[in-house]
Amino acid sequence: MAFEGLSDRLQDILKKIRGKGKITEEDVKVAMREVRMALLEADVNFKVVKDFTNKVRERAVGKEVLQSLTPGQQIVKIVHDEMTQLMGGSESKLQMSTRPPTVIMAVGLQGAGKTTTVAKLAKNLIKSGRRPLLAACDIYRPAAIKQLQVLGEQVGVPVFSMGQGDPVNIAKGAVEYSKTNNRDVIILDTAGRLHINEELMDELLQLKAAVNPEEILLVVDAMTGQDAVNIAESFNEKLGLTGIILTKLDGDTRGGAALSVKAVTGCPIKFVGVGEKIDALETFYPDRMASRILGMGDILSLVEKAQANFDEKKAKEMQQKIRSQEFTLEDFLDQMQQVKSMGPLEDLLGMIPGMGKQLKGMKGEIDEKELLHVEAIIKSMTMAERRDPAILNGSRKKRIARGSGTRVQEVNRLLKQFEETKKMMKQLTDMTGKKGKKGMPSIKFPF
Amino acid sequence: MAWLDKIKGRKKNESAENEAAATEKVITEPEAASNEEMTEDISSEAEEKRKRGWLDKIRNSLSKTRRNLTDKIEGLVKRTGDIDDDFWEELEDILIQADVGVKTTLELIKNIRSRVKKEGIKEAREVIALLRAEVEAMLAANETETVPAGKPHVILVVGVNGAGKTTSIAKMANKYKNEKQKVLLAAADTYRAAAIDQLQTWADRAGVELIKHNEGSDPGAVVFDAIAAAKARKNDILIIDTAGRLQNKTNLMKEISKVKKIIERELPENQSEVLLVLDAATGQNAISQARLFQEATGISGIILTKLDGTAKGGIVLAIADELKLPVKYVGVGETMDDLREFSSAVFAEALFGE
Ligand SMILES: Nc1nc2c(ncn2[C@@H]2O[C@H](COP(=O)(O)OP(=O)(O)OP(=O)(O)O)[C@@H](O)[C@H]2O)c(=O)[nH]1
Ligand SMILES: [Mg+2]
Repeated sequence: MAFEGLSDRLQDILKKIRGKGKITEEDVKVAMREVRMALLEADVNFKVVKDFTNKVRERAVGKEVLQSLTPGQQIVKIVHDEMTQLMGGSESKLQMSTRPPTVIMAVGLQGAGKTTTVAKLAKNLIKSGRRPLLAACDIYRPAAIKQLQVLGEQVGVPVFSMGQGDPVNIAKGAVEYSKTNNRDVIILDTAGRLHINEELMDELLQLKAAVNPEEILLVVDAMTGQDAVNIAESFNEKLGLTGIILTKLDGDTRGGAALSVKAVTGCPIKFVGVGEKIDALETFYPDRMASRILGMGDILSLVEKAQANFDEKKAKEMQQKIRSQEFTLEDFLDQMQQVKSMGPLEDLLGMIPGMGKQLKGMKGEIDEKELLHVEAIIKSMTMAERRDPAILNGSRKKRIARGSGTRVQEVNRLLKQFEETKKMMKQLTDMTGKKGKKGMPSIKFPF
Repeated sequence: MAWLDKIKGRKKNESAENEAAATEKVITEPEAASNEEMTEDISSEAEEKRKRGWLDKIRNSLSKTRRNLTDKIEGLVKRTGDIDDDFWEELEDILIQADVGVKTTLELIKNIRSRVKKEGIKEAREVIALLRAEVEAMLAANETETVPAGKPHVILVVGVNGAGKTTSIAKMANKYKNEKQKVLLAAADTYRAAAIDQLQTWADRAGVELIKHNEGSDPGAVVFDAIAAAKARKNDILIIDTAGRLQNKTNLMKEISKVKKIIERELPENQSEVLLVLDAATGQNAISQARLFQEATGISGIILTKLDGTAKGGIVLAIADELKLPVKYVGVGETMDDLREFSSAVFAEALFGE
């Protein structure tokens, strides 16, 4: 997962000073040198790194820190604060025009991921009750229009295009079209261009003048290196950006470009792309991301994810079942599938405080195949067997293995897993139930 | 800015040939899809000359950002006074800024520092020259000549999303065709929306044939068919376009390994090439890309794209250092003619100026 490498390095560095009861200026200096390396290796721009380490150092060597009772922890907090600051404080939403239609323009270099991102954004807007229209202003790249049309079809959003016509006319046409066809947000997909291509940069300026966009979003590949600042600076100078979308964050990049781009433009990162699927776009929460990078976990995102993916009623039912030990193999299958729909398990575990580092050992994705086997095995059971696995004797197990194309050992393994899960869940629900009474937020883990 | 005009005129011209068909939901205004822009045709000798080096091409751009690094180096060369810690630190910054990476940068600086000391070098200019030579040597160490063994010679093109695979394939197809080779393309990116149409457009422009299946079909099957077709049609070269994939996606990497195995199985006698396409703007993640694609398919060379931007592509130095992979081509623009043979000397020069 993105940021992982950076996160590991910083955690190691900070661990060294976290517990220390006494810290000297020299300790701070050494730590900051290591932080500098970690940030550079994560592709944070070298100027941004200098500013960052200088700021932290200045604050850290202050009397109230070094002479405090817990200087180590104070320094960790300073790093966290500055990191959050660097990433842009709290989240920032899309601006919507008071007089619709709202125009949103996506700009960026070639191959950054604009076309996919505008389609994801459209999907996102539909979810929040908007009626978006996509406009195909990339008249240059072969099959760019077709690509947008296919994606538009997938998300159920109309795509306005005028072939290889003038992008300015296309944008204007889209605005006209939206007025008569009840569309309240227009998203312009523009061609990828180099920030030093003056002619094409002028074209964007003309587009801006013609349709007066509420948002001009720079789409940046999260794997970008030191050049990210040049790119962001040029686009910002020319157009006045309102926000940034970071793409391909599902890779294993350390993602320093995020910090650089924010730092040089002052524009907030509004969304991040986390996959090729059309709904893989997430709101960016700088503070949570900073916590995650520093290994402080991101429990908020986890809870939100769970809430978005689980049906409240179903979750209650499930809790009831678990308490009264009615949890069956069928429920087990259902749960596994639901958890899977939340995204890769690795990512989820990474959000739990302190888990990020422990995950190092269990590399590799949770096997899709295993889930398929589980499904096949459970489906090969009769209803009675699913409700009461105790009745499974040797010959039944053999039949199930044959029916699911697996082996008896696998059936046994699954049954063991099921029993363990059942036990664990009972403990978990009992625990959260009790805490709930004490007024603690009771997190309902429906799995 | 002549080449900018060229790119723009060319693109409008070319894309007009390939009018995108409107789907049901699309509002098209036919009169607006003008042909006015169809003007200059460029396949002249002037163009031929440009193919030699890419330095001429990227030098034409007078942009401030582009000059930034070179100016810094010039500043460093011109400065008076000793070669002190400040000097080394600045040099370090310059390499870091070019995405060479901390590890390789420190290694380079260490080597140069000890040589400077040993050889008693006092001039900044000489230090830079030394550094340039070192960089050149580092890259040249991996250079290899690919001698196509057997027909068809297969080139499998891999890389992360948006790196420039499809465009680079168009450029290679154009190049080899101009060299009178019989080229066949295979559209094994069956995943991304309209990826097949994109390659078809390029195949038409380059005037080469393309083997394709439907979107969503098995890429392995496309490759299998394409090899059979290339054998039957007696093609010299078969270039395979694949879907962009992030190197940490285990399943997608397994898929590409499978494609490689199909090639090896179907053409056991032939030595195939695997080219990894890297965007010059990529930072340290490129090392992970190179490493994991190397594990999945083996890599015979790198195509470094988008060098016409302000990024220096210094990451290939780290890759040369750590993984010993050679760069084969560089991309310097969006048209079919914008491909150049890689040269360590030119690259080192582009990195540090003269
Ligand atoms: N300026 C510049 N642009 C390039 C270069 N090479 C490719 N591009 C552009 O980069 C964008 C992406 O190129 P593609 O060839 O579609 O990249 P890809 O790797 O095939 O992308 P996917 O198949 O989507 O993963 C296109 O807009 C190309 O025109 C280059 O050398 N210079
Ligand atoms: Mg492609």
